[in-house]
This record gives sequence, C-alpha cells and structure tokens, in this order.
Amino acid sequence: MTQDDVPYLPRGVRTRFDTVRKVDVLLGPERVLVLDQVGTAVLGRLDGKANLAQISTDLAEVYDAPLEVIAPDVIAFVEDLRDRGMVHARPR
Amino acid sequence: MLVRVDPPMAMLAELTHRCPLACPYCSNPTELLAKEAELSTETWADVFQQAAKLGVLQLHLSGGEPASRRDLVELVIAAREAGLYTNLITSGIGLNERRLHDLDDAGLDHVQLSLQGVTAEMADRIGGYNGGFDRKMHVAEIISDIGFPLTLNAVMHRENLDDLPATIDMARRLGARRIEVACVQFQGWALINRAALQPSRAQVDAAKETVARAIETLKGHLVIDFVPPDYYSDFPKACMNGWGSTGLNVTPNGTVLPCHAAETIPHLQFDTVTERTLEEIWYEGDAFNAYRGTDWLPELCQSCDRRDIDFGGCRCQAMAVLGDAGAPDPVCRKSGGRAALDALLKEETKEVAAPDFVFRR
Ligand code: SF4
Ligand code: SF4
Repeated sequence: MTQDDVPYLPRGVRTRFDTVRKVDVLLGPERVLVLDQVGTAVLGRLDGKANLAQISTDLAEVYDAPLEVIAPDVIAFVEDLRDRGMVHARPR
Repeated sequence: MLVRVDPPMAMLAELTHRCPLACPYCSNPTELLAKEAELSTETWADVFQQAAKLGVLQLHLSGGEPASRRDLVELVIAAREAGLYTNLITSGIGLNERRLHDLDDAGLDHVQLSLQGVTAEMADRIGGYNGGFDRKMHVAEIISDIGFPLTLNAVMHRENLDDLPATIDMARRLGARRIEVACVQFQGWALINRAALQPSRAQVDAAKETVARAIETLKGHLVIDFVPPDYYSDFPKACMNGWGSTGLNVTPNGTVLPCHAAETIPHLQFDTVTERTLEEIWYEGDAFNAYRGTDWLPELCQSCDRRDIDFGGCRCQAMAVLGDAGAPDPVCRKSGGRAALDALLKEETKEVAAPDFVFRR
C-alpha cells in the first residue's frame, strides 16, 4: 500500500464496544480482533476519504508524536488488516 | 485448582437438521432431529439475547440448511437486535431473490456459501440433488448483486481435492472475499464415509502447495483459510480453540454442546436452553467442565510443550478412533493412539477404488 491509498472498512466489517469485556473490537467474517488504543484511533479515522498520509499526519498531531515514527506503524497496521480482508483500499 | 473461565466469543446455532442436500460428509449427527423437535422462533430469539449478554460477539446460523426454517428472516432480525454479528452458513438451496433481499433488510452481516463441486456433475452427485449446482450459482449471483460479503466454503476430499485450483478460481469468479478450503474432518456422516473420503498423501501434498501459492498471488484480493486434513498431520489441532474456552453450539432442539460432535461422547451430560440459562450452562454445565482447561489431561500431555497450544487435541476424535474421549488425540505422533490411526489410514488409502458413499438422509 502507498501513502496515497484510501483505506476503508468494507461492508461486513465493523467496530464496536464489547460491553462484556470492556474493549473495542473489530468484527468481520470469522474474525474478531481486540483493538488497543492505537488500533481504535486508526480505525476511527477510516472515513473513506482520508488517505494514509492524512491519517498519519492527523495522528501525529493528536498524539504529539513524530510523523516518521507514526507513518510506518499506521501503514503496517492497515496493510495487515488488508491482507486479512478486514480493510479495503482504493487509490485516491 | 480453579480454572479461569472466559466468556464465549462465538455461537453456532444449528437451527434445523433439515436439508435438501445429502452430502456424505455432513457434520450433523447420524440421528437427525425432526422438525417437531426444533426450537420456536421466540426461544431462539431469547437464546440470542442471552448469548449476547454472556459475551458472544459472532453468531453463525447453520443447520442442516438454515433456509429450511421459514422464520429465517425473523431469526436474523432477532440476532441483530441482540447486537450479534450474524453469519449465514448455507448451501443456497431455499434462498431466492426476495428472501435474500429480506435478509439484507434484516441486517445479515455475512454469507458463507458451501460448495459441493465446481461442475454440476460433481456438485449434484456429492449433494445428492439434481439441479442444485445451477440454483446455487444463481443464488451466488444475487448475493453478489446485493453486495453481501461472501465466503465460499469448500469441503475437500478424495474425489475433489484435485479440483482445488478450479475451486479457488470459482471463488474469484463469484466475487467471494474469502475461501475456506476445509479438508473433511471425520465426524458425523463423514465418519461413516471415511474410506471413500480419505485423500491420499500425494493429493494432500499437492493441495498444500496450491494453497501456499494462491495465498501469495491473491494477497489483498482473496483471503484463503486452509484446514489441513488431520490424519496427515503430526500433531493435533486445538479443537474449538480449547474445549469450553471460546465457542458453543446449540442444536435444533436446544441442547448446548461444547463442540458439534460432543454428543458422540456417551458419558457426557448435556443441558438444554429450555431447562437452564445459557450462562449457567457455559460456566457450570458438566459437559463444558469435563474437558475444560488442561488439568484433566493425561501425563503425556502435562509434560509436553504443546500442552497449551493444542490442549490434547480433539475429544471426539479420541472417542471415535480409540473409544476413549480422555486420551490424547490419536493424530499426535507422541501418543500410543497414533498406531491405530496409521493402521486406518493405510487400510483406507490402498490403491483401489473408493467404496460408494452413504448419503445423509
Ligand atoms: S453438509 Fe450438505 S447435507 Fe449437511 S447440512 Fe450442509 S448442505 Fe446439508
Ligand atoms: S502429547 Fe498431548 S499436548 Fe503434546 S502434542 Fe500430543 S496431544 Fe498435544
């Protein structure tokens, strides 16, 4: 994936708060992923409009962290979900 | 020692044993329950509510053929009201355009379509239903038009394992996001037909290569999940992720099982949703506690570094092959039971024609 790709959650994949375990989870076909704070922050920004570069920039600002550190982590996280079929992407 | 019990993540609801098909590998028990024994719409709806409160996130509506239930759409509405991620496991027979649109409106999250073969000839023979393949292809088209996320579920065995590349192609053609290449597991009807279904070592090796290659080339386009054939493995799988650890099954009459074949273990006592709450059954039920955790495991497993990986493997397989549900899974190369499994394998994969199928009826 490149910084220009716009990732989004396809139909059949959604996040929700698990009220029993008190964690955010990502639900998809035959998959349940427990999200940590970073995961929730990234997925909360998949609005189908922002590309990966914008998502990383936004996160770097909000968490007051260097973009060079944030960007590779974000791309790795989203790419892994893409390989598992939980995220789709379109070029901007 | 007290075992810490986590809430379940997934529930398989076997809505009915009825099915228009007759697959010889069906995982339903050989004693099928009749329609009269099935739970009502209201009881299922209540079970879904209980499941969600207990911690279940994903619900798999299965059978038999769930579309054989006339209240399928109502059941999906009830499941989504309970907040469950709802997956329909179907052969497609019994679904049509109107019903699929109703299921869409009801909020169904995902469809898992079973495939009996890549040609009408093979599929209709395995499913024991003429015209079934064409109807399934038609249903697949509607599923794709509506835009349901689709998983293709292909049960692979001696007769169709060589069609694996064509099976993966078909998943692409039908617009599936995911394919489950599940080598047949020997339970239910499959156990009766084991000799006819058992693939050869050469077939299995070729299949593994095909899968490895496809995973690489189709990355980002198709997710491929592979369930290898047990008997050719060296160590067992952790059945159900560990007995009573993540999932539960409810049969058509409301019996709650730790795994779909658990009723083959004669000494276990099962509870039903008509007598106890799901929560009581999960945490206190005898059958769930019988093989939960690792304390009950025999010495061989206690001292093994795979103890917390496979939990001694599948109880039902130990029962089926060794007649002892408390033994290590006979797939395990370290176990004394492996000799029995190897003997079966040798006998069943001789270079002769496979015996005829016994179709599920
Ligand atoms: S395996 Fe075949 S016979 Fe059994 S429920 Fe599925 S479609 Fe019906
Ligand atoms: S000895 Fe027990 S725990 Fe170890 S691999 Fe065999 S079945 Fe699994």
